[in-house]
Amino acid sequence: MKKYDAIIIGAGHNGITNAAYLAKAGLNVLVVEKNDYIGGAAVSRELEEGFTYSNCSYVCSLMRQVIHRDLNLTKHGLMIIPYPGSMTYSEEGEIFYNYNHSEVAYNSIRKISPHDADGLMRMNADLTRYATVIRKTLLRTPPDPTSFKPKDIMELLFLAKEFWSMGEREIYEYVRFFTMGAAEFLDEYLENDLIKAYYAVSGIIGTALGVYSPGSAYILLHHVMGDVDGSVGAWGLSRGGMGSISKALASAATEFGAEIRTNAPVQKILVKNRKAVGVVLENGDEIMSDIVVSNLDAKRTFTNIMDKDDLPEGIYEKASKFKFKGSSGKVNIALSGIPKFKGAVDNPFVNRSSAYLVGSMEVMEKGYDCWKRGRWSDDPMVETVLPSPWDPTMTRPGEHWMSCFVQYCPAELADGPWTPEKRDAFGATVIDKIERHAPGFKDLIVHAEIRTPHEIENEVGLTEGNIFQGELTIDQLLFNRPFPGYAQYRMPVKNMYMCGSSTHPGGGVSSACGANAAREILKDLRKTNTVPEDDCYDD
Amino acid sequence: MTTNQLRYPDEELRHSPFHERMVALSARDSWSAWNGYKLANNFYDGEYEYFCIRNMCGTYDVSPMQKYEITGSDAERMLDRLVTRDITKLREDRVTYVVWCTDDGRVIDDGTIFKTGPQKYMLTCGSPCIAWFRKACFGYKDVDVKDVSDTIAGLAFQGPTSYSVLKAMGLDGVETLKPFGIMNFPFKETELMVSRTGFTGDLGYELWIDAEHALDLWDALYAAGEDYGIQPFGEEALNMARMEAGFIMPYMEFAEALKTVHFEHDQTPAELGLDWLVDFKKPRFNGRAALLKEKETGPKYTLCKLDIEGNKPAEGAEIYSDKDCANQIGYVTSAMWSPVVKASIALAMIETKHKDGDLWAEVYYYKELRPYKKVAKCTLQNKPFYAPPHAKKTPPDPF
Repeated sequence: MKKYDAIIIGAGHNGITNAAYLAKAGLNVLVVEKNDYIGGAAVSRELEEGFTYSNCSYVCSLMRQVIHRDLNLTKHGLMIIPYPGSMTYSEEGEIFYNYNHSEVAYNSIRKISPHDADGLMRMNADLTRYATVIRKTLLRTPPDPTSFKPKDIMELLFLAKEFWSMGEREIYEYVRFFTMGAAEFLDEYLENDLIKAYYAVSGIIGTALGVYSPGSAYILLHHVMGDVDGSVGAWGLSRGGMGSISKALASAATEFGAEIRTNAPVQKILVKNRKAVGVVLENGDEIMSDIVVSNLDAKRTFTNIMDKDDLPEGIYEKASKFKFKGSSGKVNIALSGIPKFKGAVDNPFVNRSSAYLVGSMEVMEKGYDCWKRGRWSDDPMVETVLPSPWDPTMTRPGEHWMSCFVQYCPAELADGPWTPEKRDAFGATVIDKIERHAPGFKDLIVHAEIRTPHEIENEVGLTEGNIFQGELTIDQLLFNRPFPGYAQYRMPVKNMYMCGSSTHPGGGVSSACGANAAREILKDLRKTNTVPEDDCYDD
Repeated sequence: MTTNQLRYPDEELRHSPFHERMVALSARDSWSAWNGYKLANNFYDGEYEYFCIRNMCGTYDVSPMQKYEITGSDAERMLDRLVTRDITKLREDRVTYVVWCTDDGRVIDDGTIFKTGPQKYMLTCGSPCIAWFRKACFGYKDVDVKDVSDTIAGLAFQGPTSYSVLKAMGLDGVETLKPFGIMNFPFKETELMVSRTGFTGDLGYELWIDAEHALDLWDALYAAGEDYGIQPFGEEALNMARMEAGFIMPYMEFAEALKTVHFEHDQTPAELGLDWLVDFKKPRFNGRAALLKEKETGPKYTLCKLDIEGNKPAEGAEIYSDKDCANQIGYVTSAMWSPVVKASIALAMIETKHKDGDLWAEVYYYKELRPYKKVAKCTLQNKPFYAPPHAKKTPPDPF
């Protein structure tokens, strides 16, 4: 049987990115995927005729534009469209409109609170400063702070220089920021509860933290450090859904000669003499290769498809303890018409785009309390996004689909395992909440895909349904991701690497993890690097 | 009725036949002028409108463009002598892109010629040119040039869903309309002329109708387009789209020869990369001798498409053959960050003998009022930066 230079396990977007760059360097590459479709959590599927959903991830901001450019993903069908705006609802039905257009946004905020309109400018300057530094680390391999190798020392110096460039006072602020709660951070700039609630959403999406929990400020930054065409903090829609990103990457990868095999779940990574030598598929096929790259999360990689005996001491334990904590649900709804939200202004930039059914930070915290007790939130935070008015390719004209991101929903329920009935009850909670804000919504529903952490884990393969492949807390970031000493994509078994979001820079559809891993692999193989430098160093 | 009396009524810009509808959709009230008419810079946001062109569909008011009706049994001969392309080959219900030159072979303007009848043409161009066209008629007996700019309304309708909107509007048969083709449809008590032309590089059409029916056309189009994302777009969005398509703009890429002071500050077709528009098989046309001479030596400059490393738009950048920026060989005429291609792109005039060598741009940019510059490597592109396959398909993809 054919032997490959590299096998990548998992055709999520990072796995395919990794394959593309290895294939570009001339390697003979195979990607194996357990599902009968590619994309992992960056996927578009038609579950009801005429409606294509972005089934998991639904908006895009972290995608490295230099990778888009370098792999010519436009030619392969990718287009990222900036997202126009949003409405945030309080419990009482008060609405805060946020526009992508900065002047329009300022005026909208000023109507609610002149104080916050000013405060936001200062907050945006601070967040942009923090983002500018951290963005420069995304397409770089984190240094090992305990190593004395020249490259690690150089990289530490690079980081030090970037931090120093902020000025002394700001360094202290930045360090403080990393351990702050989102609410605490927002309190420094804002006074209006609704505006705070809008920004606090970014502090809890995908994470098992509350708005008051230390560390949620960083989650907020993680959600605003991306950009669309240089507009930092902006989000975009991928035309055709998030699956278009995976498809375009796959088209580029196969053009470079990579093979992608679906319906090929891996049972085990083969290790001989402490070296990875290939994989065994669940159907018993053995495929040999010089290196093995896992795009699975750290826990699944080391505890599901590897033998504890093949690993050095401690790794299995570290992987078992890697923090996941599923906390999010996703409901995708096919609609026969456009939903009408109560009291919304007649302006498509907001009333046909995104509605944050938030309430307030207190409501969000109460939702978190439910999660802690092993229940989904009675009154969950629901972020609805309507891609179809802005993307003509996902539904028929006049029909729509809505993506609902729901925080919080636990991976394990206090009252026993997830069942289809409980899943549907969770979906009903979400739909009822939308109906309260958009009367008549239920009558428009044609189809719904309800995904609790249970479905996300089983279908996508994300442990506990954690969208980041592991929590983004400081103990699991940068040179600690996935574990201290293993943050440079090389794993404790020789010829084995990781390239998924369990590695630096973490979750989000960025292609950065996959590209960074490819650069390290090519370095080890003494091949010419094919991974481009990021284009953000002049920003 | 307003009682305000404008003190200087002659200073007021004129309103195009579509103005009433455009004003209602102009969130920013941002206008400039084109041939004495109000022209929208944008309606809400240039980049947003640009994405309507690339993703859904949008309308752009081309009514202020100059439109000349050229008729008579000598119309073909006159036009064939005027422009560098062979007009005798232009069939009825077809459109062709042309340039016309001075006797020195310098470009006066570019435009399009529509053959609308056996002895009937419509020529459109960006700036008034009636005096030159009248001159071009000297010696021909049966040719008449009539300025119909104010009586014909024009609406560019561009973007991937534009075809589906025209279908939804009831234009049966439009699926067979090929690029550069013309079709006429009965509309109310008049006729709507649809040409598959445009300035965006995407799928698109231009709709032509007598001015009094302009608002009816607008309403019918917007009613049909509601579920297809129809939006108006302004000059900012158009300029982005045309740059990605590699199209030239007067006073960006070229200076109109008749209005240029210095004899070298205007351009020849070949310098603008338009040598394919020059048909030397024609025995006579304005500028032929000069252009033939240029053909032997090659143009001094050539307009090039550049992909420039980094993310800073290279507006106003100078082009060098070396990284040290010692030997200047050209200059950028238009530049932008292309949101679709995700690249810094530019059109640049480069000395022909250097264009296939190393190219470096000295890019100037500002960060919070502070000027910066960097030297960026440029890669020559031979094709348009963005040329989606769906743009040229017949019938186009339905939505």
